[in-house]
Amino acid sequence: MQAIHLDLIDYSILIAYVVFVVGIGLTLGKYMKSSSDFLTSARSIPTWVTGLAFISANLGALELVGMAASGAKYGIGTAHFYWVGAIPAMIFLAVFMMPFYYGSKARSVPEYLNMRFDQRVRGLNSVAFAVMTIFASGISMNALAKLLNQLLGWDYNAALWVCSGVVLIYVLKGGLTSAIYTEVLQFFMIVLGFAPVVYLGLKDVGGWHAMNSSLQQVAVNPAALALNDKPFAANAWTSAWQPLIGGPSSNPMGVDMFAMVFGLGFVLSFGYWCTNFLVVQRAMAAKNMAAARNTPLVASVPKMFFPFLVIVPGMIAVALTSIPSKNYRIPPPILSAAVYAKAVDAVKSASPADAPAAVKAVGEALGTKVYADKVTALVAENAATKLSDEQIQNRLYYTIAENDYDGVILSLVKKYCPPGLLGLALTALLASFMSGMAGNVTAFNTVWTYDIYQAYFAPNKSDAHYMWMGKFITVVGILLSILAAYFASMYNNAMDIIQLVFGFVNAPLFATFLLGMFWKRTTSTGAFFGLFGGIGASALFHALTTTHSNVDAAGHVVNGMKGGYLNVLSQFPSEMAQNFWLAAFAFTACFVLTLVLSLATARTKSDADLKGLVYSLTPKIKSDSLVWYQQPGVVGTILLICCIILNVIFW
Amino acid sequence: MGLDIRWPIGLMFTLIGALLAIYGLVTGSNTALYQSSLGININLIWGAVLLVFGVGMLLGAITGAKKPPGK
Repeated sequence: MQAIHLDLIDYSILIAYVVFVVGIGLTLGKYMKSSSDFLTSARSIPTWVTGLAFISANLGALELVGMAASGAKYGIGTAHFYWVGAIPAMIFLAVFMMPFYYGSKARSVPEYLNMRFDQRVRGLNSVAFAVMTIFASGISMNALAKLLNQLLGWDYNAALWVCSGVVLIYVLKGGLTSAIYTEVLQFFMIVLGFAPVVYLGLKDVGGWHAMNSSLQQVAVNPAALALNDKPFAANAWTSAWQPLIGGPSSNPMGVDMFAMVFGLGFVLSFGYWCTNFLVVQRAMAAKNMAAARNTPLVASVPKMFFPFLVIVPGMIAVALTSIPSKNYRIPPPILSAAVYAKAVDAVKSASPADAPAAVKAVGEALGTKVYADKVTALVAENAATKLSDEQIQNRLYYTIAENDYDGVILSLVKKYCPPGLLGLALTALLASFMSGMAGNVTAFNTVWTYDIYQAYFAPNKSDAHYMWMGKFITVVGILLSILAAYFASMYNNAMDIIQLVFGFVNAPLFATFLLGMFWKRTTSTGAFFGLFGGIGASALFHALTTTHSNVDAAGHVVNGMKGGYLNVLSQFPSEMAQNFWLAAFAFTACFVLTLVLSLATARTKSDADLKGLVYSLTPKIKSDSLVWYQQPGVVGTILLICCIILNVIFW
Repeated sequence: MGLDIRWPIGLMFTLIGALLAIYGLVTGSNTALYQSSLGININLIWGAVLLVFGVGMLLGAITGAKKPPGK
């Protein structure tokens, strides 16, 4: 990635944003009187604000980068992460689960688990969650600092500490409310910052239909762009469902229908949206029950249309790459100037007569796969008319047959944004990184203060004491995040292992909630050991399965990180398919184990204890008095129908 | 919670929108600058859009402050 030069106008926009978020924090600081103001916003925020924060807490910068990358790799099928993997779960949370979270007066998801089950289940969930938020925020900050370093030439350490410092100021002053307000600000920054880039990109490829016809040509020969090594049907990048019906070999994700619908659409999606305190906390901050239930519903409206903002850029990038006159390609892996210099020499010393040797020499100098035809043409042209080093280097950029998909979104920003708009788009990106950190830290400080510190170390202290602890742990949380960022920058592999383990911990979680909320017979012992069993089942599943590409010709596993380190009982066409099946397996294991153990153990909580915590023992909320558009059931149904219509349109 | 969020959103986008639009006006004759945005003076157009959005938010905050908080 070449450095970007920022003008005064770009810096002005960036500084304006920073001044406003700090200003919000300082203003809100005056209203922070109790620990509940600081950690839970004292349940006082209007629906549209919590709704946008709900969606924004999830729309981190890594999501933006990752979704554009997937849009390029898989096309419109990526929208399943929204239309299958989010909307139904968000509606379920609003209609069925929010009454328990909000009605129980729990201040956090782990606290609900304590009310429904016992301290053990809460402890397991809160510790895992606390550690996870710190790493998530560290990963995000590391990516931000690296980006600022590569893109703008800022010093990595300075970028990391300054950005964390800004987050610290506004979270420490304004607490959760500050984080929620800046998330809403970030929501508008992202939408308004990236919409013009998508518009210009679409206009450049000739509109929606022209983009699709380019993608249809790419789909039958994706190897030409190094997108995939085997050909697909023409609609593989432009239809969401039809390529899935043909089975894992007929869509670029390598996923089958069951894994998509049950693994992603049910287990992973409901597990994330309905139990992750990072998002649920936003709904819990709403001012009343109706507002809390409507929070995920408000959020699902923009969520439904986000694919056009975050996935379409990836598709635009593929279409642009396939049109030679556009002078664009999906960025190749970042190579240093020294590597390019070596490759330029290789081109100059290569003989056009011996094309295979030339291709080999250039490929070795670059250290990547290369397009043989493009290298041959370059060598021949250089022999005929001497090209300058700069010209050769520019041409070499297009000979690299590997893609760095994570660079897609920035390469489009760079291509289409003049100074001014560039500042806006970069500020939007920076905003989402920082609010990602703020979101994680505010969830972390609540869980630490109420679910770990108050529950285990210092019960029955004054509110002022917990308020002090909330602020103290905010500072600690940010310092730990910075530490995690350095860790992520130094130990890439260790970080992969940590994320893998979190995958194991999260996969079965929804089974515990589902049984706990809808079956009063579920016992604490059943839930606790069922959850452990589910986590064990995920780890075991991962140890015994892997992907086709991870097994070499001799049948040995190449990389144990991708599974199969004990034995290979089954091979999946892709990592995504393996993940979805793992989730389905872990959920089922946890569900069955919890069920059996609950039947085998005695109940410790009576029906009276569980009132307001379990569906059958909670009086139904009367929402008839509300106008129809405020009734979660009605609105949820309408939204579900809209979501189905979108699926049909992109069938 | 004390502060109506429409104030900061409105003020910020009014400011950024005005900055972009003015920059677009000043640089409008510089065709080389707008080559990347396909010859469109995107700063002027998008600055105006942000300005309208920001002012809309401010109007919402002003009318909201006059009325007692609903529901």
